Amino acid sequence: MKENRTLIEFRNFDFWYSEKQVLFDVNMKICPDCITALIGPSGCGKSTLIRCINRMNDLISCTRMKGRLLYKNKDINQKHIGVVELRKNIGMVFQKPNPFPMSIFENVAYGLKVQNIKSRSKIKETVEKSLKKADLWDEVKDNLNLSAFSLSGGQQQRLCIARALAIRPDVILLDEPCSALDPIATAKIEYLLKKLKKETTIIIVTHNMQQAKRISDNTCYLLNGKVIEYSKTDDIFHKPKYALTKKYLNGDFG
Amino acid sequence: MVSITALMILIGIFFFLFATGIQAFAEISLHDFFLKATWNPAAYTEPAWGILALITGTLMVTFGALIISVPLGIASAIYLAEICAPKPREIIKPLIEMIAGIPSVVLGLIGILLLSPLVAGIFNLSNGLNALTSSIIVGIMVLPTIITISEDVLTSLPKEFREASLALGATRWQMIKMTLIPAASSGILAAVMLGLGRAVGETMAVLMVAGNSLAMPTSFFDPVRPMTASIAIEIKEVVKGSLHYEALFAVGLVLFIITFAVNFISDMIIEKRTRQYKW
Ligand SMILES: Nc1ncnc2c1ncn2[C@@H]1O[C@H](COP(=O)(O)OP(=O)(O)O)[C@@H](O)[C@H]1O
Ligand SMILES: [Mg+2]
Repeated sequence: MKENRTLIEFRNFDFWYSEKQVLFDVNMKICPDCITALIGPSGCGKSTLIRCINRMNDLISCTRMKGRLLYKNKDINQKHIGVVELRKNIGMVFQKPNPFPMSIFENVAYGLKVQNIKSRSKIKETVEKSLKKADLWDEVKDNLNLSAFSLSGGQQQRLCIARALAIRPDVILLDEPCSALDPIATAKIEYLLKKLKKETTIIIVTHNMQQAKRISDNTCYLLNGKVIEYSKTDDIFHKPKYALTKKYLNGDFG
Repeated sequence: MVSITALMILIGIFFFLFATGIQAFAEISLHDFFLKATWNPAAYTEPAWGILALITGTLMVTFGALIISVPLGIASAIYLAEICAPKPREIIKPLIEMIAGIPSVVLGLIGILLLSPLVAGIFNLSNGLNALTSSIIVGIMVLPTIITISEDVLTSLPKEFREASLALGATRWQMIKMTLIPAASSGILAAVMLGLGRAVGETMAVLMVAGNSLAMPTSFFDPVRPMTASIAIEIKEVVKGSLHYEALFAVGLVLFIITFAVNFISDMIIEKRTRQYKW
């Protein structure tokens, strides 16, 4: 690992949808202020794993888990930990850009309104700052009142990043954020994420191995719900320890 | 094809009403028709042709019905779509659809036999057949329309909106209030407008419970006689081709124009919103 500090930790973590087990004995420590990439073939449980971290799987009925998932050394699934509080600290960007049917400004301000921040000037300032952090400000500053749907796909995804950044989360989870975007829009987001990791821990699911290689510090290779290999990105791509990882990286399957 | 048929029927009805109704204005001035409160076509010496009291009756019953059914309907739709567990929902939804299937005569009977004594008792009135009672009955009639359409609109919102909202630390109630209701607002408005159209046009139940007084109503405890009720009561007594006959067609024309305008305006609002924020 690049660092020894730990922000999020999975300990003997199993997960089921109804009777179907999709995560098996996951053990993994995620360090702060770096980019951790999750790779693996489709259906191997990457989304499930990342959605456990902000408890998005709570929305699905009949799920079950075993083991522990710690954030700042506290088990996030314990009763007294508020899920709302957790999600304020751990933001998420989804595979398909999902802005609200509102203006660009209102989209970014949403998280602040959720927190009952009323001051117009504070909201305006934060919206501007967040859009700047997401490299979107120059493109939209004259059109903040336009519908978010008037933006291109790449812009919408950066808007979603700005929206997540506005509440200053500790961690941002991204589930294949570039899979619906063209290479140029993808490059912009990759550049942005590398810049953001100084202030926000980033965990990104990607099916694009080159993307993991380009941006991440650590990479976790998941197969059939099991962590096959988890180490520094350089190591995993240049000297994978396991034959399965090597095969996947060579494109033999996946 | 369907839309052309619908348009032809609409135009046909309009001209049917217009051709006869317009003749009334050869003898009744527009001013007297719309702005005088006395409607007394059968008077021997001086018949009066003012429909203001009738329009007021229609408006009171309609808005009374909406005041009851809109908050209740939207709240029920939110409950069904967002809060209720799937099992009870599967029981409640058909029940609501059954309310829509109750013939209006039956609701009118319930109004006469159960509700009007209740209203009379609670408000200490000599007679419970009035605008309030009809508002409640018509409110019940339009409730299923508002609930089912609003609920459909809410459940058809993409799940991405919910996820995006919750992922930003919103509570379930904040998600409903700040995301789902605004996103569904044009659809909910459509539901309300449809309910409004139904309330304006409702005849049978209103005929039974509204009290049928031709006097200008001053409160919800007064009996009223909406336009639909007037037409239904009087049309069977008039001589075809008489002025009274033509005047009733003119009343029908006014009703038609009101419902048409309501639908037209709501379509425009909905159109504008969906064009702005389509997903
Ligand atoms: N809501 C769900 N209910 C039941 N099974 C699911 C659900 N979501 C995902 N799965 C199953 O869990 C497995 C892992 O899915 P997922 O985490 O989405 O994989 P990935 O993101 O790596 O493609 C798949 O076999 C998928 O069919
Ligand atoms: Mg996935």
